[in-house]
Amino acid sequence: MTLIDFLPIVPEILVLVMASVILLLTAANKCPTAGYVPSLLTLLGAAVLTITTGGLGTDALVRDLVIVDPMGDVLKLVTYLAAMASFVYGRAYLREFGLLRGEYFALALFAVLGMMVMISSASLLTLYLGLELLSLSLYTLVAMQRDSAQASEAAMKYFILGALASGLLLYGMSLLYGATGTLELSGIAEALHGQTGGTMLLTFALVFIVAGIGFKLGVAPFHMWVPDIYQGAPTAVTLFLASAPKLAAFAIVMRMLVLGLPELLHDWQSMLAVMAVASLAIGNLAAIMQTNIKRMLAYSTISHMGFLLLGVLAASIAGFAASMFYVVSYVIMTLAGFGLIVHLSRKDAEADTLDAFRGLNRDHPWLAAMMAVVMLSMAGLPPFLGFYAKFFVLQALVGGGWIALAVLAVMFSLIGAFYYLRIVKLMYFDTPSEGTGRIAPAGDAIGLLSLNGLAVLGLGLLPQGLLVLCVTVVQASI
Amino acid sequence: MFESIGILSLTIWVPIVAGLLVLATGGKDGASGGVDGQRTLALLGAALGFAVSLPLWTGFNVSTAAMQFVEHANWIPLFNVHYRLGVDGISMPFVVLNSFVTLLVVLAGWAVIKTKVAQYMAAFLIQSGLINGVFASLDGVLFYVFFEAMLIPLYLIIGIWGGPNRVYAAIKFFLYTLLGSLLMLVAMIYLFFVSGGSFDILVWHKVPLAMGAQMLLFVAFFFAFAVKVPMGPVQTWVPDAHVEAPTGGSVVLAAITLKVGAYGFLRFTLPILPDASHELAWLIIGLSLIAVVYIGLVALVQSDMKKLIAYSSIAHMGFVTLGFFMFNSWGVEGGLVQMISHGFVSGALFLCIGVMYDRLHSRQISDYGGVVNSMPRFAALFMLFAMANSGLPATSGFVGEFMVILGAIQVNFWYAALAGTTLIFGAAYSLWMYKRVVFGPITRPEVAGMTDIDSREFLILSMLAVCVLVMGIYPFPVTEVMHASVNNLLEHVAHSKLVPLVAH
Repeated sequence: MTLIDFLPIVPEILVLVMASVILLLTAANKCPTAGYVPSLLTLLGAAVLTITTGGLGTDALVRDLVIVDPMGDVLKLVTYLAAMASFVYGRAYLREFGLLRGEYFALALFAVLGMMVMISSASLLTLYLGLELLSLSLYTLVAMQRDSAQASEAAMKYFILGALASGLLLYGMSLLYGATGTLELSGIAEALHGQTGGTMLLTFALVFIVAGIGFKLGVAPFHMWVPDIYQGAPTAVTLFLASAPKLAAFAIVMRMLVLGLPELLHDWQSMLAVMAVASLAIGNLAAIMQTNIKRMLAYSTISHMGFLLLGVLAASIAGFAASMFYVVSYVIMTLAGFGLIVHLSRKDAEADTLDAFRGLNRDHPWLAAMMAVVMLSMAGLPPFLGFYAKFFVLQALVGGGWIALAVLAVMFSLIGAFYYLRIVKLMYFDTPSEGTGRIAPAGDAIGLLSLNGLAVLGLGLLPQGLLVLCVTVVQASI
Repeated sequence: MFESIGILSLTIWVPIVAGLLVLATGGKDGASGGVDGQRTLALLGAALGFAVSLPLWTGFNVSTAAMQFVEHANWIPLFNVHYRLGVDGISMPFVVLNSFVTLLVVLAGWAVIKTKVAQYMAAFLIQSGLINGVFASLDGVLFYVFFEAMLIPLYLIIGIWGGPNRVYAAIKFFLYTLLGSLLMLVAMIYLFFVSGGSFDILVWHKVPLAMGAQMLLFVAFFFAFAVKVPMGPVQTWVPDAHVEAPTGGSVVLAAITLKVGAYGFLRFTLPILPDASHELAWLIIGLSLIAVVYIGLVALVQSDMKKLIAYSSIAHMGFVTLGFFMFNSWGVEGGLVQMISHGFVSGALFLCIGVMYDRLHSRQISDYGGVVNSMPRFAALFMLFAMANSGLPATSGFVGEFMVILGAIQVNFWYAALAGTTLIFGAAYSLWMYKRVVFGPITRPEVAGMTDIDSREFLILSMLAVCVLVMGIYPFPVTEVMHASVNNLLEHVAHSKLVPLVAH
């Protein structure tokens, strides 16, 4: 074993080292706000390393544990971007709430590391390790606002329910190990090869694993935690945990089900179908009733994750690529959406109620226009990015013969359109309620936000590039 | 990527770019100098948009049914989605009509709109480009993108500048139309797979389809287009949206967006699903006749002028769909002529109501009476449009209705007889409203104080009056354009697309 064997996981090592360094510096209290720039540089460095090591392939030491493939690389790159964007958007907010400390960035970097490990996992062990690293970091991030009862409650809930889900997943994994005698995902697939239909043991394992993954994705019926945590967490943290982790969650769906359990396709396909439809129904219907925009977007996330599963269960290259396109689009839209909420929030006026957006067009036409673009895109209207995300998933579904599911999915999108339109309505049709003085937006994040909003439109007008990328990497990785 | 920028691309992108420019110049309200600049810029954009659409008419080859001014560029080649534009005799008149109406709408909103002028003008310009895109698209996905995207500006127009109940109307309008189009999206994806991986509408025209599939696709397309046309039972958004929209919005809704639905029947339903269209023609004919007769009666009892014209629009559009499903050239061409005529007439009537509303801020018929005394010039023009709405010979309204009745009588006498009642109902509701509003003694002092139309309003209305009269007296240039395409369509529809049975 030489140093060269570690080359494929150099990005992970960099993030680990830097997170530790930032933590140490903070502990030594050298510079209380030191985390911001080093974190951005770390992620940038990780991006460069991921790109340069992208062609190396896996090596002897890490072969059993880690996969380095094009799909993983792209997902990691988007993860870095999402994390960077959430740092930039969240900085002013964090400073305002006294959360701009080294710990925040160290924890966020550990979370990023967890996601990277999940994305690259080739064995049940790495997968679980990454998942726990991510989850524990997120629990702590949610709890960082110690003086807020709401945040503490959210963190507590998140921790207990998250631990339960990890337990389910772990139990499923242990059953699977018992059935196959290996932790390696490709080994599991080999061991199950030729198996016609699941035995009782395998079905049990699959149910626990799918439940655990469903929990981490936040799809119904394992969605209960999502609205509470989105609402309770500081908005900058919500921004972070609503965006990048979904990429990792998509990755473990792909690794676990597609790479590890292709033989049980028919079993998990029907489970995913039920979960997807339930998520679309619950997410879209419950979102209508919300008055808190973070909560509303939480339910909207549930429905988006349901849509994402539709692509996976189509079980074709087109379907997986469509799902990947979907999750990347979702992350881009969510970053812009929560970014704007964070941006409009101040200590005295957290912009988390729908009323905060009333009449936004009068005072900040540009911000209102971007929020409108994001909302319409999430509703799945052309010419915005969200339309193509839905379109490609629907295409994969119809191509796989799941026409009824496709019709069901568009019907729920119609319901979903209502609450997204309501935000547009509030911003454009209503006048601001008197007394709530509008805060002046800070200038530093606005550039990136604008870029983000324009990306939703630009990638919508010309989706070919991103689509080809998704199809190519999925093809190369399966 | 582009072989060349063609005329059709210009008709789409010139208004959109102009709209974005207007939007970019729009600052805070109150700076009056800036507002004038925005209006002028918007007018220039609209005029330019109209100007670039004119070569479509003058350069149109009437002897062929093939697509003309075709443009092609790769868009999403991975899924065989292309930026493919072209017009034939069926779609070309609507591109020109739409560009023309946009010009009028910008003029009509000139002095009336005082808040968020830049956004108002920009919304109409962008909308105009998107609607041109709907008519010019030869690719299913491209069509769908324009078809959906055009809802967004209209939603904002109704919701921001509309009447008291505007929010309800805007959301209802949006959700109804979205309901229809989402099913169409699934239908299009299905066609993509059936046709071997193509979104080309012209390829879809040739795809053989089994009866069951045709029926389901028919239902999906029917919802998309019936909501827009509108046909019962999904017409209830129309009165709300028309009434609450600002004048310009009502004009665009009536004159253009309703046509999109009817156009969809000709571009998608009839040629792609000929067998289902024949099989389910009774449904469309029944709904059309209900629209003509029943909605005509509903229009009669309205007390709100805008609502009356909105219902009359539904009745007139019933005529259009009736004509289409007669499957003969009188019917289809009559329907198309009726669409164009209705674009002029309903647009003009909404503008007339807007003129009165600007002065008295009421749309109730009972609030008026004796308007002719204070506004003689206006009353004369209004009279012409009311007559055209009731289908008086020598106005454009007559030509289309007459042709459709001719087409219907070849199929079934009773269709024609029922459709013919529109000449009675149409005259009744149009002229009765006219009488109550314009004639009689002045009952309210406010009416006496109404000033006659100024030169801007006169210009707009007289342009439309000229169109109504010219088309009524000499419709040949319009029908000549459509003739080849309509005949080609009818020939196509006459051939069954059912998959030939495979021998055992």
